[in-house]
Amino acid sequence: MSTARKRAGQRRAPWLIVPLAALAVAYVAVPFAALLQGAPWNDMGELVGQPIVTDALRLSMLTAFAATGISLVVGVPLAWVLARLRFPGRSATRALITLPMVLPPVVGGAALLFAFGRRGLLGAPVYDSTGFLLPFSAWGVVAANTFVAMPFLVLTVESGLRAADQRFEDAAATLGASRWAIFWRVTVPHAAPSIVAGSVLCWARALGEFGATVTFAGNLQGRTQTMPLAVFLALESDRDAAIALSLLLIAVSLAVLVPLRDRWLTA
Amino acid sequence: MLRASIEVALGDLRLGIDLQVDDGEVVALLGPNGAGKTTVLRVVAGLRAIDDGRIELDGTVLDEPATATFVPTSQRPIGLVFQDYLLFPRLSALDNVAFGLRCRGATRADARAEASRWLERFDLAALAAVRPRNLSGGQAQRVALARTLATDPRLLLLDEPLAALDAGTRLRVRTELRRHLATFGGARLLVTHDPVDALVLADRLVILEDGHVTQSGTPALVAARPRSRYVAHLIGINLLHGTAIGDRTVRLDTGAELTVADPLPGPDVAVALRPQAIALHRLKPEGSPRNTWAATVDDLEADRDRVRVALVGPVTATAEITPAAVAELDLAAGTPVWATVKAVDLTAYER
Repeated sequence: MSTARKRAGQRRAPWLIVPLAALAVAYVAVPFAALLQGAPWNDMGELVGQPIVTDALRLSMLTAFAATGISLVVGVPLAWVLARLRFPGRSATRALITLPMVLPPVVGGAALLFAFGRRGLLGAPVYDSTGFLLPFSAWGVVAANTFVAMPFLVLTVESGLRAADQRFEDAAATLGASRWAIFWRVTVPHAAPSIVAGSVLCWARALGEFGATVTFAGNLQGRTQTMPLAVFLALESDRDAAIALSLLLIAVSLAVLVPLRDRWLTA
Repeated sequence: MLRASIEVALGDLRLGIDLQVDDGEVVALLGPNGAGKTTVLRVVAGLRAIDDGRIELDGTVLDEPATATFVPTSQRPIGLVFQDYLLFPRLSALDNVAFGLRCRGATRADARAEASRWLERFDLAALAAVRPRNLSGGQAQRVALARTLATDPRLLLLDEPLAALDAGTRLRVRTELRRHLATFGGARLLVTHDPVDALVLADRLVILEDGHVTQSGTPALVAARPRSRYVAHLIGINLLHGTAIGDRTVRLDTGAELTVADPLPGPDVAVALRPQAIALHRLKPEGSPRNTWAATVDDLEADRDRVRVALVGPVTATAEITPAAVAELDLAAGTPVWATVKAVDLTAYER
């Protein structure tokens, strides 16, 4: 009687909902637990210090941040255009931008090769006149990362801009602000939470990029071998190194995401 | 001086008004919700273009579709104080006021120094570093007004300046606003749906209903001669429509007849009757008032130290009496009463 009364005071879950939710948590938790359980904790320092690991870590960091930077520079203006301008083909543009999110990354990598490869649509004339080759270089990794990760930033910022109260921009205009001043001093600050959230998603996606990178940039240690590629390769030969790399990747992700979450992604 | 002839289609509503606001004048645009008041401010500020007509400030054309003239908002010397102020949430009060000065090319230091002087003028110096969310409604309004006036506009627009305030602070802020508005020499146009705001703040009222001006004039003139039911209700005046039968008798649409003191101006008339002019009695009175009728109390509504008594019967009207009189007459909904009005308290004018 008294427990029934107590329960009536709080929300009660329908039958089966809680067990299914617990199953979902377990499904995500078990692999992490297995990773931690299998970790060669005693040799960790040595494993993480190997050149194959430090090279991959350095390259992953640089390329993920570079891809995020490029995405910010062109993605925020694109988000603004999609959110604020009415033009024919706007839906088609948004669909196109979303495509890399839903496409298998390998297909994206192949498409990049056809565009920027040595015999690609744009790659051939550039290679013939300058000798510059995008694939199989660190810039190729950045290109693959940007292609796959930018949509996360664009869509997040676009929805942030749509949700923002545009009357603040009206207010700025009545105070004499030019369109450029309104964009920089009102629109961008108001969209800052969505820009940060979009950058985080973009960065995380770029950090984990595998398919497009391996297709377009290859798997050369020190030049194009990022952390995910190194993990995949190490699994074949050195399981301890693979686990160490995986844990390092998790640690790096948490180190970047947790402080940002407290500052920007809640509230 | 603002001269505007505005034609805008707003969905189903066609807004078509002519408006003039002289330097030094405060004009209140008064009307029910959805009448197009805020749109008038938006087109004058250039946040929306007009479909036809012409907007001109001090002889400069700002918007005229016929000549393809349109001056963008940022280049119009017009300040707009928004209903909910729209202070930039991430900037301090000081930087909000400095914003417009920065946009005009002032250095950060100069803009802040000038903004401090504005904050001082509005008794806000102590709040310079405060973010908008920590300001009270009245303080936020002062910051918004300072921010707008700091850009040195020639025309000041205010959209429902007191609507965002709670009843307690409204009275005080209204008085303050009146004082601050008086310090600005240019033309001032404010939009409100509250007649008291309009009466306290404005030199002239323009009544906007369904996209058109139904009346304009000094508050006293509009109150004394309301030309529509909306205005009559707004200013708290009973407006009764009827036809003249004889030169001093009006037959209302309900069939009741009222006697007025002066000759009627035409066959179709409206009679304005101040609620304070209606006297109520429990027994049929015999005396000088020319108009006496039997009515029933429909509703009682206390308003500060007065009670508004809605009467139904041959003359549907609201009377205003003291709470003591209500108690003495023992009035309640359904109580039968006699109402009297002196002929001299009725003002008739042509419809």
